[in-house]
Amino acid sequence: MRAEVLVPFRAAGFSPRHHAWSGVATLALVILAWQGGSATGLIPDLFLPSPLAVARALWRLTLSGELRTNLLASVLRLAVGWTLGTMIGISVGIAVGIFTLARSPVLALVSALFPIPKIALVPLFIIWFGIGEGSKFATLAIGVFFPTVISTYSGIDNVQRNLVMMGQSFNLSTWSIVRKIMLPGALPSVLAGFRITISVAIILLVAAEMIGADSGIGAFILAAGNLYRTDDLIAGVVILSLLGLSLSAILTRIERAAFSWR
Amino acid sequence: MSSGSSTSLKLEHVSHHFGSNFVLDDISLDIAPGEVVALVGPSGCGKSTLLNIFGGLLQPTKGHVLMHGEPRSDCLNPLTYVFQDFALLPWRTVAGNISLGLEGKMRDEDARRERIGEMLRLTGLADFANAYPKQLSGGMRQRVGIARALAVRPACLFMDEPLSALDAQTRTLLLEEFAMLIARAAITTVYVTHNLNEALRLAHRIVVLSRRPGRIKAIVGIDLPIEARREGDPDLVVAEKRLWSMIRDEASAADRELDDAR
Repeated sequence: MRAEVLVPFRAAGFSPRHHAWSGVATLALVILAWQGGSATGLIPDLFLPSPLAVARALWRLTLSGELRTNLLASVLRLAVGWTLGTMIGISVGIAVGIFTLARSPVLALVSALFPIPKIALVPLFIIWFGIGEGSKFATLAIGVFFPTVISTYSGIDNVQRNLVMMGQSFNLSTWSIVRKIMLPGALPSVLAGFRITISVAIILLVAAEMIGADSGIGAFILAAGNLYRTDDLIAGVVILSLLGLSLSAILTRIERAAFSWR
Repeated sequence: MSSGSSTSLKLEHVSHHFGSNFVLDDISLDIAPGEVVALVGPSGCGKSTLLNIFGGLLQPTKGHVLMHGEPRSDCLNPLTYVFQDFALLPWRTVAGNISLGLEGKMRDEDARRERIGEMLRLTGLADFANAYPKQLSGGMRQRVGIARALAVRPACLFMDEPLSALDAQTRTLLLEEFAMLIARAAITTVYVTHNLNEALRLAHRIVVLSRRPGRIKAIVGIDLPIEARREGDPDLVVAEKRLWSMIRDEASAADRELDDAR
């Protein structure tokens, strides 16, 4: 046996790092390859229009005002439906997290109703709330409601009990304990829930608009598909992707501001 | 802080069990106004349980606690705790954490700010008012814990192993500070520890509990004034030997027990 052996470093790997530029480069590369495929005729135009064609369609839709009208209608539905579902969901989630009386009954309902695809209920909502905006708001609100309840009450469940007891030891009122200890403690989980509910809301928005609406990005995409206008169709999809990206970026900002203490 | 507390505490026949696990067995104990009592005993003997019963954070199975004597007029929270794990709100700054016990009770904002400033100076935290708990060392965090507790001018102070989450060096430093703070404030204090050195440094009387179910095994009075006690004082060394001989067998037996409470 040799007397001296160099001890090798063995703890490398398992620590992926984040490079923003490589993410952007990947997207650019995919678009470039797609454009190349279209230009060489490898990808038929009807199957998948080229990025340039999509860009042209976007420009045309912007000029005609079609994009503006549909986007506005969709964003309004998204805003009202999501806010409604979130506010009711957080309130119910707090109740579940705090009151024995609310806990089991609400959780039973949530467990039973959460797995139902809300899209299946859209025709019912149209009967209940009318073909207009009401049924869209209701679809989104109900879709957002359940995940919000779950993220809120599990956030409250994860607030350390010793902090609650500390609050009680200082004779804080129940409302003070909820406001100063429970809610800030549950906030990370609630905001993580927002990421999920924003995607859920966009999916439901498009579905609801496809079932019964004459405006909105979903209705626009459906109409474009029916007419085999695949460049318009993809343009609509791009808008949805951009919508999701910007909402997620806003959320990241909010999280950074709210969790400077972490 | 001047004139001390005039509040006395009296435990009357307190017993407690968690399910079939008997933790405390018929404990009666009087604590005089301004007296500092240390509760020592092997791990799992119910010291912390007893402390929680003292301040009304736990309902004993049998018996009760009596508080005698009107708290001072400026007392905002008569029964106040300092916790082993600090129990600081991570989303609040040092000043914000100290403020918690004052909010709602000290309506005048200027008075509150002044009180917070006084506590920051008293505990050597003046430069850390706007730091978050995460940025602080363990010793600094517990200084926040004691500042928060003293800010409400408590009539009785309950300290649950306040130094045991700290490393040995920090513990020695903080023990000196705490001993001085407690002696000067002359608040009726119950101090739970498994460290005999801590008990001997700052208690007028040391209550030795037996292992589970906890009973009072002995009460040892230390006559030397708290301000005059020094490390290695012959009287204290003798007392420590005596205490250790009492606890030693109990601790050894407790160490071999299965802990059902966990």
